Amino acid sequence: MTMLDTPVTGPIEGPDGPAHSQHHHHESPTPIGFWVYLMSDCIIFGTLFATYAVLGGNYAGGPGPKDLFEPGFVAWETALLLISSVTFGIAMLQALKHKLNATIIWLLITALFGIGFLVMEVYEFHHLIHIGAGPDRSAFLSAFFLLVGTHGLHVTFGTIWLLTLVVQLKTRGLGEANMRRLSTLSMFWHFLDLIWIGVFSFVYLVRLV
Amino acid sequence: MATEVAQTTQESISPIFGRLSLESIPYHEPILIFTFLGVAVAGLIVLGLMTYYKAWKPLWTDWVTTIDHKKIGIMYMVLGFIMFVRGFADALMMRLQQAMAAGGAEGYLPAHHYDQVFTAHGVIMIFFVAMAFITGIMNFVMPLQIGARDVAFPFLNNFSFWMTVAGALLVNLSLFIGEFARVGWLAFPPLSGAAYSTGPGMDYYLWALQIAGIGTTLSGVNMVATIFKMRAPGMKLFDMPIFTWTALCTNILIVAAFPVLTATLTMLTLDRYLGTHFFTNDLGGNPMMYVNLIWIWGHPEVYILILPLFGVFSEIVATFSRKPLFGYKTMVWATACIMVLSFVVWLHHFFTMGSGANVNTFFGITTMIIAVPTGVKIFNWLFTMYKGRVHFEVPMLWVIGAIVTFTIGGMTGVMLAIPPVDFQFHNSLFLIAHFHNVIIGGVVWGVYAAVYYWWPKAFGFKLHDGLGKASFWCWFVGFYLAFMPLYALGLIGVTRRINSYDDPAWQPYFVIAAIGAVMILFGILFTFANFAYSIYKRKELACGSDPWDARTLDWATQSPPAKYNFPQDLHIRGRDEFWRMKQEGFKWSKNYSPIHMPHYTHAGFVLSALAMIFGFAMIWYIWWLAVVAFVGVVSFTIYHTFNYNRDYYIPTEEIAETEAKGATV
Repeated sequence: MTMLDTPVTGPIEGPDGPAHSQHHHHESPTPIGFWVYLMSDCIIFGTLFATYAVLGGNYAGGPGPKDLFEPGFVAWETALLLISSVTFGIAMLQALKHKLNATIIWLLITALFGIGFLVMEVYEFHHLIHIGAGPDRSAFLSAFFLLVGTHGLHVTFGTIWLLTLVVQLKTRGLGEANMRRLSTLSMFWHFLDLIWIGVFSFVYLVRLV
Repeated sequence: MATEVAQTTQESISPIFGRLSLESIPYHEPILIFTFLGVAVAGLIVLGLMTYYKAWKPLWTDWVTTIDHKKIGIMYMVLGFIMFVRGFADALMMRLQQAMAAGGAEGYLPAHHYDQVFTAHGVIMIFFVAMAFITGIMNFVMPLQIGARDVAFPFLNNFSFWMTVAGALLVNLSLFIGEFARVGWLAFPPLSGAAYSTGPGMDYYLWALQIAGIGTTLSGVNMVATIFKMRAPGMKLFDMPIFTWTALCTNILIVAAFPVLTATLTMLTLDRYLGTHFFTNDLGGNPMMYVNLIWIWGHPEVYILILPLFGVFSEIVATFSRKPLFGYKTMVWATACIMVLSFVVWLHHFFTMGSGANVNTFFGITTMIIAVPTGVKIFNWLFTMYKGRVHFEVPMLWVIGAIVTFTIGGMTGVMLAIPPVDFQFHNSLFLIAHFHNVIIGGVVWGVYAAVYYWWPKAFGFKLHDGLGKASFWCWFVGFYLAFMPLYALGLIGVTRRINSYDDPAWQPYFVIAAIGAVMILFGILFTFANFAYSIYKRKELACGSDPWDARTLDWATQSPPAKYNFPQDLHIRGRDEFWRMKQEGFKWSKNYSPIHMPHYTHAGFVLSALAMIFGFAMIWYIWWLAVVAFVGVVSFTIYHTFNYNRDYYIPTEEIAETEAKGATV
């Protein structure tokens, strides 16, 4: 939000006057603010990773990673999420070319991949709980469900945000405010991808070796 | 443990009211009944007066919905003082109990009530008094000091404030509906787990802190972005006033440390609600991991509290010595060093865990190293005063009292940093005396100094001098009477959190401590009397925009500042810009241009109210209400994003009119 305007001589009135073009000394603080927020979110995940590192071997006589995780399934999940990052990138490129409809279509494709990922994750959780490997079985499973579930919740809220933004793009086009929202969501979406790469390597791959 | 679990399952949970029933109202506790009557009568009087003076509409349109950083700052201070009264009442109750309950006497507080009192005292004083105060001061002062019109995200600021209020209200609600936690202010498991804390008290703790914590984290993000992006043109980082520097470091600490608290409390919540095993004794859980994680937040937290007050000391010492601050750059680097080091000392809170000599040595040494940058700061303040023309106005009294007292507290801290010594002091009253010594002598008096210093900026008139001095001396003497005996008691082995003791030889010390607490009570009352008296006499105490002959940009505005702060753009050429402007005979030009400002909004208040209802429903297992409130929060957030009409321009005529009229008291 631009707050300070240089004193200008002559009659200047309202948002459409020259004052509006004088906004040169402050760009929007939104990107840096959102970055700082993402870093704080990163520390939440850092804490959960650390918890998993400490508790991840405490099976308490229950099932361990080798009994529970199927690499093929998780690879497909990972693929869905990574592809969704690519499609979001394409959506951003379309937005930068001011192609509204293409932007919306690529966003919707991104949402489909996101939802596909979520469906797979919910299926996995349901399956684990069903076979008696729920979060209350052992400290290992508590840490697993919390880390993976927190990422899943982020993807859920990212998807809600994405669908909201699609409606707003439809009604208000690619104006300054919507472009800012789009690039902020883009940061969020790629950030979640990055976290998932950590989850995939650290939770699934390492424990299976 | 099996019987405990059996008891909880026996508890009947109604589909409509959850576990809330008439039995949850503590009508059999006379102390609480009288407290309730007191609060109810006072509340009715306030409501009646507000209705009589038709204050409801202005309260809503000018304050509740405001996104003006100055008004939000003032509201944080009001919240801080209200919660301070609550937290101090708890302190008085503890002092009275311990003064009475010697040699077989039981005092007047039963153990289950005493345990709630000390838990509430700690939680309230840290989260809702100290945090509210520092956030309030930073909100009010920092944007003015960097020549900004508001913070980077004004709506977020309003939302953060109301989330903090929602948390504070939940803690207060626990007085009259149900109970509060009985676990100490950091709620270590397994005591705080589902097996040993069955009632709603522990859940009040968790949800109140989570809701307020969201506000604190977002406010930290907001202020970091503000300092990086909203500085007036020309102001480089090393031109910023020291208070702004300390605000920057504090908010970086908030952003880096509070997420750890959020994650840790989430795990404890899951242990309690879903039967997970993060911190339980069985099935692989690890209670000591909670202790580690909570102090990884908790130690930075104490620097979050003290750093802004170091900034306050720096501003006040420079102003009242009529000199630029000695060693500006070393002050900045000392602050930055403390910021970083605060993350590598957490284990000194539990040397007794048994992590071995090597680990304890590491943390002992890092702890002692923090004393070095802190010492740099103290010498900088002393050298600023040296050969300065020191004016002993009330804010300066608080600062000098604080520097002396904080130094003593710091030295006992270094004593505690020696692991073998700490094995003796751990959990003793020596520790209690130490951290009150630094928190009262540093944070609380720093806040009083800031209130006396910036009050004329916020309202246009000074606080009364005599009442201010009376308040200071009562606090100063009262503090030493109240806490020096606790050092002595700690040295002879008295542990913290006891509600009765057998050895009558301890009683005289506790009686002196209680007398000290009463003196502190007078210190508090004199300042409240000062507020009332000064508001009544405001015409006589009116003092213009720069009563202290200050050096930084916050004093370049009118007092109270107009909603846009500065009528024109400033071009900053260096440190202490306002001092230079005054020497050059600066005057604002009459040439105005429209100013871009954000609209007020009720969204923050509504969202926080819904969050509070969600928290209450979760505490009492009223699942349907929790779902409704949660869906409400999400849908209202989405609804709010459809509002694109968020800002407007103040026309030049209005600015010209405001500036011509000047500020009025």
